[in-house]
Amino acid sequence: MRHLMSPLDFDTKELDELFDLARDIEVNPEKYAHACDGKILATCFYEPSTRTRLSFESAMTRLGGRVIGFSDANSSSAAKGESVSDTIRVISCYADICAMRHPKEGAPMVAADKSLIPVINAGDGGHQHPTQTLTDLLTIRNLKGRLDHFTIGLCGDLKFGRTVHSLIHALVRYEGIRFLFISPEELRVPDYITDMLREKNIPFEEVIRLEDVMPELDLLYMTRVQKERFFNEEDYVRLKDFYILTPAKMELAKKDMLVLHPLPRVNEISVEVDEDPRAAYFKQAQYGVYVRMALILTLLGLTNQ
Amino acid sequence: MLNVGKIEEGFVLDHIKAGRSLDIYEHLQLDKLDCTVAIIKNARSNKMGKKDILKVECDIDMLDLDVLAFIDHNITVNVIKNGEIVEKKDLVLPKKIKNVIKCRNPRCITSIEQGLPHIFVLADESKEIYRCQYCEEKYRESEK
Repeated sequence: MRHLMSPLDFDTKELDELFDLARDIEVNPEKYAHACDGKILATCFYEPSTRTRLSFESAMTRLGGRVIGFSDANSSSAAKGESVSDTIRVISCYADICAMRHPKEGAPMVAADKSLIPVINAGDGGHQHPTQTLTDLLTIRNLKGRLDHFTIGLCGDLKFGRTVHSLIHALVRYEGIRFLFISPEELRVPDYITDMLREKNIPFEEVIRLEDVMPELDLLYMTRVQKERFFNEEDYVRLKDFYILTPAKMELAKKDMLVLHPLPRVNEISVEVDEDPRAAYFKQAQYGVYVRMALILTLLGLTNQ
Repeated sequence: MLNVGKIEEGFVLDHIKAGRSLDIYEHLQLDKLDCTVAIIKNARSNKMGKKDILKVECDIDMLDLDVLAFIDHNITVNVIKNGEIVEKKDLVLPKKIKNVIKCRNPRCITSIEQGLPHIFVLADESKEIYRCQYCEEKYRESEK
């Protein structure tokens, strides 16, 4: 039985197969409308995330399956003190596959250890968010036509931003990728990631100002400075408006550069940028459903039907 | 000069960094063994200036070399049989250590999940870096 804990759980060949399947789902949705008839997805969300949860629910529903679950820890047995290990043992009796989001890092791995059904990590604290990464990769592959040989700028909260960490881990497996990390000093990318890049001889630079690197970028990945990742309000208020993408900054960029964002956006991308053909973040949300459909089919072993 | 007698069967841990012998006593759970243990603190050493030595009279299979290597892989392990040194063991950093150190990341699942072992995985052998299996938090040398 397979789980998805990290984007590295799938090698690049398996990712290609997954993305081909996602593409086929996009083009021929009717072919897959009953692929998961009689199957149940449990969405176990110990912290609120409407977007990711609805994306999973949409994916399972479009495959003809059904969804059960909870959307915050207070409405689950966790509020009574039940462990993740016990919860997943019970959920294994009710559903065929589980998507779990948890504020504690590594919680989905604990669940996967005890589970009788495939577990998908739908985000664990500031650690990993692999299905967002699959969405990001599918978006790049579909819109750029490749997953290698480009310069990507990652901007904003690079310290706590799990989408960023997962994306870097996934991209290092492709050739010719150069990273530009654009963040305030306080929110720099963690050392274990820069250590890993040095070890693999993958080029990267850390810069403070977005404008300085805009002309070099093939892709710009913007992130939100998340309030819940801060220990105090003062730090959050001081940093949240540090990096805002505006039409003026977009003028510095290449004509075919793409702007990605895991969403939700607060104010780090001004709404005027939405009209720019290079803004790909709403398409990204659509690809998120297709890739989750492909993932559910793959983990349930239903790809050959 | 203090003299501690020879042991017949067991092991002598030599070249322990001065002051660390009690940590090792604890990690090896020697308090739970019904055997003779000599702890020699601040012994003179040509190589180290000062060192600690542990002598334990017991079945040699009872020694957890993995834990010992994690604590300090410069320790010399002398295996004793019939009062003589029969082997000097090299310590190799273990790939995985369980319940020896605790993850300090307050966001890690180990901070709330009952009965969950604290497992660290060797991430970089040359730098002796371990990371929590669950959250990948780096184990800091200063915590050793």
